[in-house]
Amino acid sequence: MTSDGSLPRRVLAVLKKIDWGFAIVATLSLGSASYVLWKEGWAVAQPILAEDFHLLVSILPKVALGCLIGALIRLLISRATIEKYIGEGSGLAGLALAALIGMLFPAGPFTIFPLAVVLMASGADRGAAIAFISGWLLLGINRAIIWEMPFFGPDFVLFRFVISAPMPMLLGLLARLPLFDRLMPPASKGEDKA
Amino acid sequence: MIILVFTVILGAVAAILSGIALRRGRATFMEGFRDAKKQFIFLLPRLIIGILGSGFLAHLMPREAVLAWFGPNSGFTGTALATLAGALTPGGPVVGYALGSAALKAGADFSQVIAYVTAWSLLTINRMISWEFPLMPPRLVAIRILVSLPFPFLAAWVTMGMR
Repeated sequence: MTSDGSLPRRVLAVLKKIDWGFAIVATLSLGSASYVLWKEGWAVAQPILAEDFHLLVSILPKVALGCLIGALIRLLISRATIEKYIGEGSGLAGLALAALIGMLFPAGPFTIFPLAVVLMASGADRGAAIAFISGWLLLGINRAIIWEMPFFGPDFVLFRFVISAPMPMLLGLLARLPLFDRLMPPASKGEDKA
Repeated sequence: MIILVFTVILGAVAAILSGIALRRGRATFMEGFRDAKKQFIFLLPRLIIGILGSGFLAHLMPREAVLAWFGPNSGFTGTALATLAGALTPGGPVVGYALGSAALKAGADFSQVIAYVTAWSLLTINRMISWEFPLMPPRLVAIRILVSLPFPFLAAWVTMGMR
């Protein structure tokens, strides 16, 4: 915010702290809103703002509830429990379980990715780790209900879920292909039945 | 209506979990509550900005270009473009859904929007840089990216077959 070029180190520290994804989105978002307001006037912008506000009001309680549910589940189900279930991570059942837990576990990226690493340390193979991450990315139920549904409606989300349901397992199976052994050798336990 | 039902379900789940946490002690519940509050405050500006953008970007999205690039006749090229767009869309919880639904309203084909959302979920570069590479072994990330590459195409293809 302040134009302060005299202390490059501090500037660099600030630059590192900025969430660039958010900055890009904010620029696009505020830019497009100002553009519409400036070029097309209040008469065009007003109904769009009203619709946005409506959407925001309908999402807010769900986001609040989702945050609470996520925090409580993370508190009540320890990482040790999840490690125990995916830790062994062998065979097809291991992939399915990893994908299912990824789908149900309501956490952010700051939890999911380190957890995947811990899982591998406790015996899961790379296939199970990738099935777990993909289950969270593609089928995260918390995100789908809170964020996706208000934008797309239940039909779209349901359809996307149906066609995406097998994907985390398929991704895990592909990741188990011996082809990738050179990139990442299997751990000492090594179970490559895929 | 269905969305209201989901809100009620979420409320019920939150109430049950709160009950379980409270039985373990008030301190346990408060710890969860503080954690939730912190996350909510983190998400709130992202939500407001994302929703604001979704309305105005949808209004500005050039219909002819959307139809030409992602419309019903865009085929394989359209899927490839949708996949690229998904990878380039910044992460965060709202943006991909906002742009995808805007494109759908502007005339993009359903299967291309499915490809876009799948690509955004699996392959957004922004998330790889800010989360995956710092937090995981780069080789695991590389394998994850490699195996994920065909899936937006697979999603679009299955969608076309099912509709």
